[in-house]
Amino acid sequence: MKRRRLPTALLAVLALPAFAAQAYDYQLKPQAVADGVQVFVGKTENFSRENGGNIANTGFIIGRDGVIVIDTGPSKAYGEQQRTAIARLSKLPISQIYLTHAHPDHVLGSQAYAGVPIAALPGTTQGLTRDGDSLLSNLYRLVGDAMRDTELRLPTMEAKSGEVTVAGRRLRLIPGLGHTDADLMVFDETTKTLFTGDLVFFQRTLTTPNADIPRWLKTLDAIDAIDFKIMVPGHGPVLRDHAGIAQTRDYLQWLRDSLQGAARRGLDMPEVLQLTIPERFQRLAVLSTEYERSVSHLYPAYELETLPTVPKSRP
Amino acid sequence: MRSLRIAVFVLGQAGVVLAALALEPPSDPLKSPAWGTIYGRYFKDQKVVFDDRIKVIAPANAENPLDVPVQVSAEGLDGVEEIVVVADLNPIQKIISYEPLHASPDLAFRFKVEQSTPIRAAARTRDGVWHIGGVWLSAAGGGCTTPSYGSGDPVWQTRLNEVSGRLWPNAETKTQRLRLRLIHPMDTGLANGIPAFYIDRILLSDAKGEALARVHSYEPISENPVFSFDLKGSGPVRVTGGDIQGNKFSAEIKP
Ligand SMILES: [Zn+2]
Repeated sequence: MKRRRLPTALLAVLALPAFAAQAYDYQLKPQAVADGVQVFVGKTENFSRENGGNIANTGFIIGRDGVIVIDTGPSKAYGEQQRTAIARLSKLPISQIYLTHAHPDHVLGSQAYAGVPIAALPGTTQGLTRDGDSLLSNLYRLVGDAMRDTELRLPTMEAKSGEVTVAGRRLRLIPGLGHTDADLMVFDETTKTLFTGDLVFFQRTLTTPNADIPRWLKTLDAIDAIDFKIMVPGHGPVLRDHAGIAQTRDYLQWLRDSLQGAARRGLDMPEVLQLTIPERFQRLAVLSTEYERSVSHLYPAYELETLPTVPKSRP
Repeated sequence: MRSLRIAVFVLGQAGVVLAALALEPPSDPLKSPAWGTIYGRYFKDQKVVFDDRIKVIAPANAENPLDVPVQVSAEGLDGVEEIVVVADLNPIQKIISYEPLHASPDLAFRFKVEQSTPIRAAARTRDGVWHIGGVWLSAAGGGCTTPSYGSGDPVWQTRLNEVSGRLWPNAETKTQRLRLRLIHPMDTGLANGIPAFYIDRILLSDAKGEALARVHSYEPISENPVFSFDLKGSGPVRVTGGDIQGNKFSAEIKP
């Protein structure tokens, strides 16, 4: 089959300004998590018209002579309101944006920051270049009006692994992978705050549309070894311990074992959808919808491992 | 409930008046806008009942609209001769027809969905009655962070009609599960400039050549289709079939 895209015409219709409509109000209130480090905690929900797509965490670090923004949220309006909220706390200019990975809930507010350099891993830029239009039209479809006038802005520079001083603040850029094929973490050396992007989810079921479970698990081991004091996961409340890593790992391992086991028993996907999910995961937000989605993303590869190719015989 | 309607036709100048008995479709529990069309196209003048014993299991949301898993079971019903699965609001509605000759009346497959639609299975029993069950499938997106693509995978050009599969015996039910995967683009003919090209028949038979089950597949079946069947008995299963351009395949799946 050919790549499926929403027609541009549909995008245009969705983007038309509604009569006398106000911009969606995200009611963004930054939460101070460390000295000069603030987080906008998103809702642990799925995309909806009601939440305007505000389901991921974003944040900023106030440096000596500028502000560093980590992820810009799902829409132009989010980015603008994020910028306004930052300006209330700091008169310093915005020096730098880091985008953690190529998912729309994290990157589509960058329009609000004209002229500010946007750094991302090369894989993130490639992903956005390849899928950006589809990600955008998909979010218009799911979120609707809050997306008004949102356009994709691609990263303008490469985030290179290692220590870097930005706006007088010492940061460490740590590349990872597994949630997507390029997941950037930003570590603030001053406060030992780690922004993990979606490599860590907490109290919200993780998403897997581009996941590679073995790689993700390896990256989690590496995160465990980082000397952080505060962790800002991609989704869910801010942590001061390793509980988010443990929970993400536990769910990934269970997902892998459960899907692999089901494939080896010869189950088809609708049967896998009906498997019982262990009690310990029941408190995770949006569990059943994300599990259903993960089966769709991941099961085909597991089942293929169990179906050997049969040599052709004469018809 | 079933109701009878007397339709009167006046034919031509001769003024011949015919009174015909026409069956009206029973009212649809899924309240599909297309039920009348589906009824007229596939079940007209046949006996149709909505029956809870026909189970259709599908995800609430089509995360990948090009590969939506569906399982159909008419397990509670005796003498099922054919199961037809349709998606009311798909541009091509009929997805598959299955004759479980020596198989349990259940199967699983994946298909391409165009928009939110009822997906229903109709099982015809020996007495000619169609027993219908179904569910609504939402294709509106369940919170996708990325959209779904067709693979656009050119693998079929070199591996067309390649067969993969395995048997899982079930001692308790004296059946064996056959899972089957074929390499085929399954083009619908609806995409620009790409003509319809799909596998339209699969026959499963045992070592003695006796037919176990027969599949008629249509355009909406997913690219590189995967199927599950529960066949009676045990032993190797021969899979033969072909597509609408005359390409054939034949393979033996050993226990
Ligand atoms: Zn993500």
